[in-house]
Amino acid sequence: MKYTLSVLVENQAGVLSKVSGLFSRRGFNIDSLAVGVTGDPTVSRITIVANGDEYVVEQLEKQLNKLIPVIKVKRLIEGEFISRELVLIKIHCPAAKRFELVKIAEQIEAKIVDVSPTTVTLEYCETVERIHVLMDLVKPYGIREIVRTGTIAIDKGKTSVSA
Amino acid sequence: MISGADIMVKCLKAEGVDTVFGYPGATICPFYDSLFDSDIKHVLVRQGQNAAHAASGYARAKMKPGVCIATSGPGATNLITGIATAYMDSIPIVAITGQVRSDLLGRDVFQEADITGACEPFTKHSYLVSKTEDLPRVFKEAFYIASTGRPGPVLIDIPVDIQENTIESFEYPETVSIKSYKPNTKGHSVQIERAVELIKSAKKPVIVSGGGVLSSGAKLKLQKFAEMTQIPVISTMMGIGVMPSDHPLYLGMLGTHGRRCANKALHTTDLTIVCGARLGDRAIAAPDQMSERTKIIHIDIDPAEIGKNVKVDIPIVGDMNNVLKSLIEKIGDFRINDEWDAEVKDLKAHYQSKISTFEGFVEPRTLIGKLSSMLKAKAILCADVGQNQIWCANNFRIREGRFFTTGGMGTMGYSIPAAIGAKLGLKKRDVVVVCGDGSFQMSLNELSTIVQNNLNIKIIVMRNYRLGMVRELQDNHYNKRHSATILNESPDIVALAKAYGIDSAEVSSNEEAEKYIGKIVESDKPFVLVCRVHPDTPSIL
Repeated sequence: MKYTLSVLVENQAGVLSKVSGLFSRRGFNIDSLAVGVTGDPTVSRITIVANGDEYVVEQLEKQLNKLIPVIKVKRLIEGEFISRELVLIKIHCPAAKRFELVKIAEQIEAKIVDVSPTTVTLEYCETVERIHVLMDLVKPYGIREIVRTGTIAIDKGKTSVSA
Repeated sequence: MISGADIMVKCLKAEGVDTVFGYPGATICPFYDSLFDSDIKHVLVRQGQNAAHAASGYARAKMKPGVCIATSGPGATNLITGIATAYMDSIPIVAITGQVRSDLLGRDVFQEADITGACEPFTKHSYLVSKTEDLPRVFKEAFYIASTGRPGPVLIDIPVDIQENTIESFEYPETVSIKSYKPNTKGHSVQIERAVELIKSAKKPVIVSGGGVLSSGAKLKLQKFAEMTQIPVISTMMGIGVMPSDHPLYLGMLGTHGRRCANKALHTTDLTIVCGARLGDRAIAAPDQMSERTKIIHIDIDPAEIGKNVKVDIPIVGDMNNVLKSLIEKIGDFRINDEWDAEVKDLKAHYQSKISTFEGFVEPRTLIGKLSSMLKAKAILCADVGQNQIWCANNFRIREGRFFTTGGMGTMGYSIPAAIGAKLGLKKRDVVVVCGDGSFQMSLNELSTIVQNNLNIKIIVMRNYRLGMVRELQDNHYNKRHSATILNESPDIVALAKAYGIDSAEVSSNEEAEKYIGKIVESDKPFVLVCRVHPDTPSIL
């Protein structure tokens, strides 16, 4: 089971290592982790996407809550939140193939951010599922490099996770 | 103007600290220099790890955080095992370490170690102080975090320049405000109501009491609750001392090395009321089976403990004091039914241990039973780790005293430094150590600390020239192949103790041992009594 946690933490040195260390030492698997400051500069948000059964998620929430600099932990409910990830993909692309690749980018609404004689780099901000669709489409050309931010997520409607 | 080092001492004074345990070094020198002028007693241990264990013993005796101090690098890393032990045993300690100058951090200079990083998994919280101005707040928070909620160790790492720098004035904060740390102590009233209903409908309830009852100071409330309802009480190793050992409702310690009647009761019960215990693997070997057999009410201050090891029917997060108070108020005149009462009495009578003895050796279990009655009612027994620990756990008859051991971490060498801390915390109490010849040799250097501080601690060494517990494991599971568990050619402990300036004797029968104990408990001097124990003496029956 995949789950998404929105974790508010004190914005201070060492917090990220406390949080990420918890995963490895308690044997929890992590898919992605994204950190950024919130509207309140003293508070950061860590969005974690991880895998595990109900027992694991519950333990993880409790153990995260135990860390002193963790202010709030919320498990986002499937279907009730918006999630996005930003990806930059550098694709092998000689001039002859460029037109084809530009077409794919247009169809999927990815942005071309860099072109060189042998490569095209796309920027794409979407759900993880859509990102995988793009990756499948461009794979035959040869992917040189992929850079991903990790998923960030926000509740739909008026619900929010705030300190 | 006031220096960081002076501020540190003032912070300790403000927290009411009268004794600290430590070992100095270059990066903690400014603090030691300020400490020299204060009336806080500093106990110089002989190895850093023991400073943390002594702080643990002190904390358990005084029911408030113990303080240990080390320098940067090796001083700090030596503390690690002690800090981890306090973490696993949920003992409040504040560890202060010196650190290299802030501008040199990360350059791998002489005696630099990332101690906050290294201790991350087993500190409740840690600080690497970056400004002298932060010291009062950091100390206030550290003592608060260590002693509230589920107690545990807090580390404060202070670069030497932060200790040297001066600021305008010192002001100790009166209150703590940590947005993200607000332990829930109250206990949810609806859950408590549900628990009461479940208890009333149970046919064969038992209480399993752990270290949390002792650390929250709820011992008497637990006794009262048990007596009102006549529910029998089983304890974990960390919970020993919650009930007087001879209390009619007390069944003894549970688990792998526990009493059979306690384990039998746990197999028979239909409702287990778990109070301040985490039910680790040595307590409950098959947690899944347990949840199938019995309903479980789990009361703990740490929400993360609930549901971690066993499935729980009614979770109650709160301080044992508050929750037990509510339970006592709400339970009314409920008492367990006569059949269960009779069954429990029967269990207790049926599973009396029969101890076989070896001629020419001390029988440790009988001796420890006897020892209990020769000490004052409030005596503190510090047991080490290994067979000696199990002998003590099952046979020491606690009256109003305490039993200190590391049931959570199981760190060999704990008992002697812990006893030093306990004795300095409660000077009037009888403090007795029981250890094996393995664990004794792990912290025998602290005999020097005992002598230097003139501490009246009696040490009983159960000498079988073996690492007995592991050897027993090898007997049972490794085809009797005694790999690295033989301690032959060990030194003469009596001569060794005398070399340190402590009187000592070796005995090989219970009569002789009792004769010595009778004599030494009357004296105000330390003593090392070496008891020759047959290597085949088992941990349990």
